[in-house]
Amino acid sequence: MTNKWGRWTVLVLFGLYFLVPMAASIEFSLRDVNDTHSFASWSKLLDEPGLFATLGTSLWVAAGTVVLTLLIMVPTVSWVHLRKPKLRRLMEGISLLPLVIPPIVLVNGVLVVFADAPEVINGTPVILVLEYVVLALPFTYRTLDAGLQAIALPTLVEAARSLGAGWSTVLLRVIVPNIRSAVFGAAFLNLALVLGEYTLASILLMDTFPVWTVQTGQSEAGVSVAVSLFSLFVAFMLLFVLSLVAGRRKREHNLAAPIAPASQGPA
Amino acid sequence: MTVVENKPETRTGASVEFRGLRREFGDVKALDGLDLVIEPGELVALLGPSGCGKTTALRVVAGLEQVDSGEVLVDGTDVVGVPANKRDMGMVFQAYSLFPNLTVQDNVAFGLRLRGAGTAERHKRAQELLELVGLATQGKRYPHQLSGGQQQRVALARALAIEPRVLLLDEPLSALDAQVRNQLRDEIRRLQLRVGITTLFVTHDQEEALSIADRVGVMKLGRLEQCDTPAALYARPATAFVAEFVGTMNHLPGTIAGGTEVDVAGHRLKLADPGERADGAAVRVLVRPEAVTLEPAADGPVRITDASFRGAVTRLTAALPDGTTVLADLPSVNAAELQPGASATVGFGTRPVLLATDGS
Repeated sequence: MTNKWGRWTVLVLFGLYFLVPMAASIEFSLRDVNDTHSFASWSKLLDEPGLFATLGTSLWVAAGTVVLTLLIMVPTVSWVHLRKPKLRRLMEGISLLPLVIPPIVLVNGVLVVFADAPEVINGTPVILVLEYVVLALPFTYRTLDAGLQAIALPTLVEAARSLGAGWSTVLLRVIVPNIRSAVFGAAFLNLALVLGEYTLASILLMDTFPVWTVQTGQSEAGVSVAVSLFSLFVAFMLLFVLSLVAGRRKREHNLAAPIAPASQGPA
Repeated sequence: MTVVENKPETRTGASVEFRGLRREFGDVKALDGLDLVIEPGELVALLGPSGCGKTTALRVVAGLEQVDSGEVLVDGTDVVGVPANKRDMGMVFQAYSLFPNLTVQDNVAFGLRLRGAGTAERHKRAQELLELVGLATQGKRYPHQLSGGQQQRVALARALAIEPRVLLLDEPLSALDAQVRNQLRDEIRRLQLRVGITTLFVTHDQEEALSIADRVGVMKLGRLEQCDTPAALYARPATAFVAEFVGTMNHLPGTIAGGTEVDVAGHRLKLADPGERADGAAVRVLVRPEAVTLEPAADGPVRITDASFRGAVTRLTAALPDGTTVLADLPSVNAAELQPGASATVGFGTRPVLLATDGS
C-alpha cells in the first residue's frame, strides 16, 4: 500500500509541476480588464500578421529536416552497423558534438561553409534545414542506433541478399520496416526540435514560427502568453498526428497476427 | 534456375566445385587451399572445430564472403565475383533470419516477389512450400509467434521457394533443443532427397553430420582433412585428426616396436600409417571403444572401475596396470560379469591403429 501511495504522490506532484503553469498561463491569457475573462488576447493573436506565413515556413523546414535527416542517416547508420561496427563509438562521439558546440559557432561555421553557395541556400530558410539536420544529429543517431541494435541486422541483410535483394531493396524492404519505430522516433525529435528552435533562426534573421512567437509576444503580456500556448498546441497536434500514423501501422501489424488458420488470404 | 537436361529426374541439382580457395582474415587463414567436389543432388556436410573455415567456405558459395584466390564452380561456371543477390543460392542461417515485419507467408514469398511473381502465384507457391515443411496453417502468423523449430522450417521453405541452384545450411539446428533438433534434422534430409537439391551443410556436431550427409568433409585449419561417406570416415579415418574428431577414441600410451608396430600394455598392434618414428619412442595410440575387448579373469591385470548400461551395449571403464583409463563398448550380454571391481584381461582388436597427433 505504501508503495502504491508513494507512486501516486510522485505522479500527482509531477502532474502539478507540468499542469499548474499551463493552467495559470491559460487563465492569464484569458484575462481581461477589471477581473473579467475574454478571448481578447487570442483574437488579437489571430489578427497578428505573419502567423500563418511563419508557421508554414517552420512546417516545411521541419519536413525538409526530417526527410534530409532520414535520407542521410538511415543508410549511414545501417552501413556502420553492418560493415564498421567498431566505428559506432566514434560515430556516437561525433554525433554528440552539436550538443557541446555553442549555436553561434554552428551558425558561423555553416555561414562560412556556404558562403559561396547560391542565394537559394544562403538567403532562404533552406540553410536552416541544413543547420537543423546537424543540430538534430545527437537525437537522430542515438534513436536509429538503438533501433538497429534491437534487430539481427547482419543476418536479415544476408538473408535478403541471398534471396535476390539488391542494396536498395535491402534498405527499403528489410531495414526500414524493421526499425520503423526508431525512424518515427527520429522524425518526432526532429519535428519537436525545429518547432522550438529560436536561437539559430533568430541569428540568421529567418522568420520562423518560434521567432515570430517571440516577436509577437513582446508587444503585450496577454498576447505573449497566448502565443506561447498556441505554439505548444501546434507542436502537440503535429506530434499527435505523427504518433497516430505510427500507432495505426503498428496496430494493423499486430491485428493481422492472431488469425491463425490460413486459407488463401487477401493480398 | 539452370536446368541440367541430361540428368535423370532425381538428380536435378547443380554441381559445385571448390578449387584452391584461399581466404585470410589478418593472420588467420580461414581457407588455406580448399578443394572439394559436390555432385549434383548430393548432401555434403562440412564438419570441424570452430575456426576451421567451414562457415567461411559456405559463405563463399553464397557470395557473402570474398576469396583471396581460388574458384567456385557451379555447374562448371566460376561464380566468384557474382554478387550474392545474383547467385540463386538458398541459404538457411543459424537463427533469427526471418523478417520480423512480414508474415510467414510473405517471408516465404519474399524471393518470389523480388523475381516479379504475381500475387496469386506467390501465394500459391508459398502455400505449397509451407505444406512441404508442415506449416500449412501458419501462413498468417508472424515469426515471433512461432517456436524456434517452426522458424527454421519457414526459413527452409523460404530458401527453397526461389528454386535455388544450391541449398546452403549454416548450422541450422544448433540453436534448437535436442528433440526438435533430431526431428528437424531428419526432415531436412527427407526434403533434400525429395527436392533433389545439391546441399552444403555446415555443422560442428559430428552426430548431425554423420546422420544426415551423403559425404562428410572434415576440415582443419582451412583445409579438408578427409571427405568420405560417414561409414568410411568412422571406420577408416585418413588422419589422426579425423579419427579423434569423429566418434570416441581411447588415447593409450604405447611404444614403437619394430617400425610398423606399436606396443600397448603388452599387446602388439599394427600401425595404419607407420611414420618415421624411432623404435622405443613413446606415443599415444588411438583405439575405438568398440575395438577394445575385456574378458573376465580372476587374476587379470585390468580392473573395471565403472559400467554404464546403454541398451544393446554397455560402456565399461577400466584401468590398465599403469593406471591409464580405457573405455570399452561391449554387447550388454557379455558385460554382465564385468561389474566395477572385477578383474579382466584386455584386447585391442586386430585393426591397424593410428597415433594421436602431438599435443592433443
